[in-house]
Amino acid sequence: MPSMTMIEAIRDAHLVAMERDNRVVVFGEDVGYFGGVFRCTQGLQARFGSHRCFDTPISEAGIVGVAVGMAAYGLRPCVEIQFADYVYPAYDQIVSEAARLRHRSAGDFTAPLVVRMPTGGGIYGGQTHSQSPEALFTHVAGLKTVVVSNPYDAKGLLLAAIEDDDPVIFLEPKRVYNGPFDGHHDRPIVPWSKHPLGEVPEGHYTIELGKARVHREGSEVTVLAYGTLVHVAQAAAEEQGIDAEIIDLRTLLPLDVDTIVESVVKTGRCLVVHEATLTSGFGAELSATVQERCFHHLEAPITRVCGYDTPYPHAHEWSYFPGPDRVGRAMREVVQA
Amino acid sequence: MDPDDVHAEGPAPLRLRIPEPVRAASPKDRYTRHLSPAGEMRKPALDEKVERVALMRKQLVRVLDDDGIAVGEWVPDLTPGQLRDGLRNMMTVRSYDARLLRAHRQGKISFYMQCLGEEAIACAQQRALLPGDMHFPTYRQQGLLISAGYPMLTMMHQVLSNELDPLKGRQLPVMYSSKEHGFFSISGNLATQYVQAVGWAMASALRGGTAIASAWIGEGASAESDFHAALLFASTYQAPVILNIVNNHWAISTPEDFARGASATFADRGFGFSIPALRVDGNDYLAVYAASQWAAERARANLGPTLIEWVTLRVGAHSTSDDPSAYRPSDHEDFPLGDPIDRLHGHLVAIGEWDDDRHAALSAEVDAQVSAAFDEADSHGSVKSGHISDPRTMFDDVYAVLPRHLLEQREQAAG
Repeated sequence: MPSMTMIEAIRDAHLVAMERDNRVVVFGEDVGYFGGVFRCTQGLQARFGSHRCFDTPISEAGIVGVAVGMAAYGLRPCVEIQFADYVYPAYDQIVSEAARLRHRSAGDFTAPLVVRMPTGGGIYGGQTHSQSPEALFTHVAGLKTVVVSNPYDAKGLLLAAIEDDDPVIFLEPKRVYNGPFDGHHDRPIVPWSKHPLGEVPEGHYTIELGKARVHREGSEVTVLAYGTLVHVAQAAAEEQGIDAEIIDLRTLLPLDVDTIVESVVKTGRCLVVHEATLTSGFGAELSATVQERCFHHLEAPITRVCGYDTPYPHAHEWSYFPGPDRVGRAMREVVQA
Repeated sequence: MDPDDVHAEGPAPLRLRIPEPVRAASPKDRYTRHLSPAGEMRKPALDEKVERVALMRKQLVRVLDDDGIAVGEWVPDLTPGQLRDGLRNMMTVRSYDARLLRAHRQGKISFYMQCLGEEAIACAQQRALLPGDMHFPTYRQQGLLISAGYPMLTMMHQVLSNELDPLKGRQLPVMYSSKEHGFFSISGNLATQYVQAVGWAMASALRGGTAIASAWIGEGASAESDFHAALLFASTYQAPVILNIVNNHWAISTPEDFARGASATFADRGFGFSIPALRVDGNDYLAVYAASQWAAERARANLGPTLIEWVTLRVGAHSTSDDPSAYRPSDHEDFPLGDPIDRLHGHLVAIGEWDDDRHAALSAEVDAQVSAAFDEADSHGSVKSGHISDPRTMFDDVYAVLPRHLLEQREQAAG
């Protein structure tokens, strides 16, 4: 089985999708000729032509707006927003249009499209290249929201997202594009070629949206994580010597409640981690879900470790980032509570 | 720097212009700026240079003169039968609006928006397009549906939000949707659909289709950034799309001056994007048809987008929630460019294809049809009488397949 980075896996998913279905079109800023600033669409224009993969003006509202129109026509647009931080001009088109088209027209028109975007920090991107806006999408009825953590999942989930009949927000933590970054920014990066989840099958396969993955089985505490924080949580558990069960949610909406409940019932303890800001973050939804469904099994308060409620600071990035020390400390407290 | 601190010998203080259009006096001239006599404007070749078309931006394409005679290069090729059909469509729209406004006053519906004075724009453009083309309308193009043969009864079910509402009570009364009739679901958010129309047209061209799109916006909403994105994408990819701006001069209480900026006309918006732009009398059925057909032909010939500013006047209130007496004089002339129905009527009479008796008969027939349709729709109740669809249907169509959390919420809703 070939080893791929997450960038290569995402590129391969595009390739497979475009090969199988000529309704799939790919576009965005620098996406066509150049292949995207993170190179996720490299080679697609050369292979499929500029009618299937093309560059756009710098207009996120325009990109998603025309994608909605194309999807209503019957195409399957998969568009890239260069950084999640730039998605806000398109937010109206996503929230008021793509998300609600099926409902408001009683199924007369639909918007099967994918909006991909790199998220998260760790590359000294400052306020405008580091955000994790997943909660702004999970709050919207009609959207599905996916956050990927590794190459194998990224390919299978992107293919599922493109084939889905509803609009899907597809978030790619840029810090794990090239390896399973565990938050130790001062250590050399481990490449995906040395990680089992870097092994990506050739050809077509999908991972069902709405299904979490148990990243690490354990008995002492359930850690609910997604994206980069899956790897941070694993490092924290190993460093603390805690037998944590780490769940990679993969799809935030629809949420795999069964996998979460099964794990928390087993461990009796729950730690929620994400890089996005704490207040009204998706962790609040997870905490409420666990409390509602597992209250009588809980042996400790549910704890959250998240980004601070500040803009993502350029020079203080590693103080902001919920790294293995913060996550590990919280994990120990939950286990000892 | 605060102006009080500026020394007398310093630079002149900056001044900000806040538009203060005339509201108190009869503003007739406001509605007839840059008026051209009927027949004066020439009709450019489909592939005329955009610079040449831009010279027409302060003129007005008009076909019908004051005597009801069709004059000039823009006279379209329409048979008397087609013209009579157009007259019937416009009269049906007006009667439909009047009946539903009355229903609102009767407390039978929650909300309504009429298009009084703007009937020709939607009705005539629909005639210029083909089955399979797709309109992306605003809430004042009910004439598109009526002219496309969409059942008036179904429209009324929706306006009443009763059990037979095809949109299951999810949308405001006038936010129709019918793919079959080339009518994209109305959003209610302004300008969003404008760029979607461009995307739909791009898709048609990408797939080698033959259908074109028609985007609709009011002059007020052309201030939204989606409008500018739409023009750019339409220009960059030469999308087969008609970009309509209905300039009815009022965005609720705000006169056109604010959205137009310091430009002379909304047709001016086209040139910067290298999009040929026309300014057309929106109350002239023949001019609307001719300009729409010109734009449609350009799109079908792979000559790209066309922008059309339709000059008209919103005669009535913005909606049933609005009272224009608070912001515009009541003594203005309802139809400074003439009533579109009267003008087409006058034209048909002038060419010997119509008379007052036939008109009275048609008027009575249309009113009777509207009245019968309303009585039928009303017999199924309304949102006001509580005759609405099962509330649990609100969970349908949020997604293609009902996900677990909505299944649970639907069960809770069932109590």
